[in-house]
Amino acid sequence: MIRPGEIAVVGAAESTKIGAVPGMSQIMLHADAALNAMEETGLKPADIDGVACVGPMMPQQIAHYLGITPKWVDGTGVGGCSFMLHVRHAAAAIHAGYAKTILITHGESGKSRINATPRPPEPESLNGQFEVPYGPFGPPTLFPIPVLRYMKERGVSHEDLAMVAVVQREWAAKNPRAMFRDPITVDDVLNSRMIAYPFRILQCCLVTDGGGALILTSADRAKDFPTKPVYILGTGESVETNMVSQMKDFTSSSAFRVAGPTAIEAAGIDRSAVDHMMIYDAFAHLPLYGLEDLGFCKPGEAAGFIREGNTRPGGKLPLNTNGGGLSYTHTGMYGMFALQESIRQMRGTAPAQVPNAKISVCHGVGGMFSASGTVVFSNQKP
Amino acid sequence: MLAPGRPKPKPTPETKHFWDGCKDGKLLLQRCGDTGKAYFPPRPFSPYTGTRNVEVFEASGRAKLHSYVIHHRPVPGFTPPYAIAVVELEEGPRMMTNIIDCEQTPEALQLDMPMQVAFTPLDEEITLPLFRPAKEST
Repeated sequence: MIRPGEIAVVGAAESTKIGAVPGMSQIMLHADAALNAMEETGLKPADIDGVACVGPMMPQQIAHYLGITPKWVDGTGVGGCSFMLHVRHAAAAIHAGYAKTILITHGESGKSRINATPRPPEPESLNGQFEVPYGPFGPPTLFPIPVLRYMKERGVSHEDLAMVAVVQREWAAKNPRAMFRDPITVDDVLNSRMIAYPFRILQCCLVTDGGGALILTSADRAKDFPTKPVYILGTGESVETNMVSQMKDFTSSSAFRVAGPTAIEAAGIDRSAVDHMMIYDAFAHLPLYGLEDLGFCKPGEAAGFIREGNTRPGGKLPLNTNGGGLSYTHTGMYGMFALQESIRQMRGTAPAQVPNAKISVCHGVGGMFSASGTVVFSNQKP
Repeated sequence: MLAPGRPKPKPTPETKHFWDGCKDGKLLLQRCGDTGKAYFPPRPFSPYTGTRNVEVFEASGRAKLHSYVIHHRPVPGFTPPYAIAVVELEEGPRMMTNIIDCEQTPEALQLDMPMQVAFTPLDEEITLPLFRPAKEST
């Protein structure tokens, strides 16, 4: 088995600009972030021997564009958490000796739509037959489908779900790169434009352009890089279903319940040791599901945990400290940006730095609760 | 007939019986031969045990409203606001659907309210299993 801390992230960078980037196509957003990550590590394309990215961009497109000849590739595509799975697979590949220096990239022209690839479900697919005819139109109509059931079973209020967005805006206010930084109140959220009841626009993620890249290598080699190594303590992954209507339990994600605890157990840590957390927040309910399904709150307690201020600046479990998908950025596949923020926190370079943070849990979701990946990072080698 | 523009499902060999059933006014589910448990969406084997020993049977059409969103933006074939709902069938499986003969409001759409299937033609080939609130007696 791979040991906690055996593999490290030595390169981590976002595209030079995020938000509205009409001057770059989708593939260039990948490349821009990759070049930034290579620059900070002193690596050249010829030094990279493994490449991972997620469809619609295939590893061969990125390898060729950047001039890399990989010995290992991974095109795992399970939605916005694919990068957490890439980290897991890359760590295993380095452990196995298949590659030494692996580049993981993301780029998405989600807002400007330059060379973006729309992929509507085919009418013969199961989604096309058994969901699409009833009028869903993108994630805002599908991801919140379980929310009313969750609210009823868990006793969660509209104000509770508004509070998630309010707290994340507090973090975003500290981050110059965040798209939305002005403070908001629960009333602001509950009076914002209705998108798909029960969610209003301030409870839905942004749609932006941006990219990100990670470079992984063994902890032994990490010592030779100019960057501060961030060690991978544990990882987990799972999938459930591509149809939100077929999710087994509308109050809890099976994929979360597998990926999260797998990563935490592999890391060999207590939850009480976690200093910082990222939970992919495409919509306001996701941090609640994440806190409960990963065992940081008992079922039904996550809303109160956030309401009482535990996740806000100065709280005991700082969560989504870049502002999250709700306020920082969301290209369509936000998982890469959650990973970037965990690494910034572990490097001590985050705009809203959590003092003395040593362990960060980064939890991603893919599709509409269809997949999940979790990575536990630390700036201390166990 | 539903408003034009709504996306139309295209049956496959594994789902054709379901769509044929809808056209005939029957909600056809499948049952696992090992466990006796019903499942959906259609496939010629059991998602519970992997057995190919499965049978098609006609469901009661009775269900409860499990969860929903009310979409407020325009989509071809739909008039906002409209609910995109998931119902839990009496036999256990859940399915996505729309709710007809009911105000599309949080007040009118109460979770766990009893529902009844309402087969509604999309065109000459496809009939969709929509649902309406069940009468008090059911």
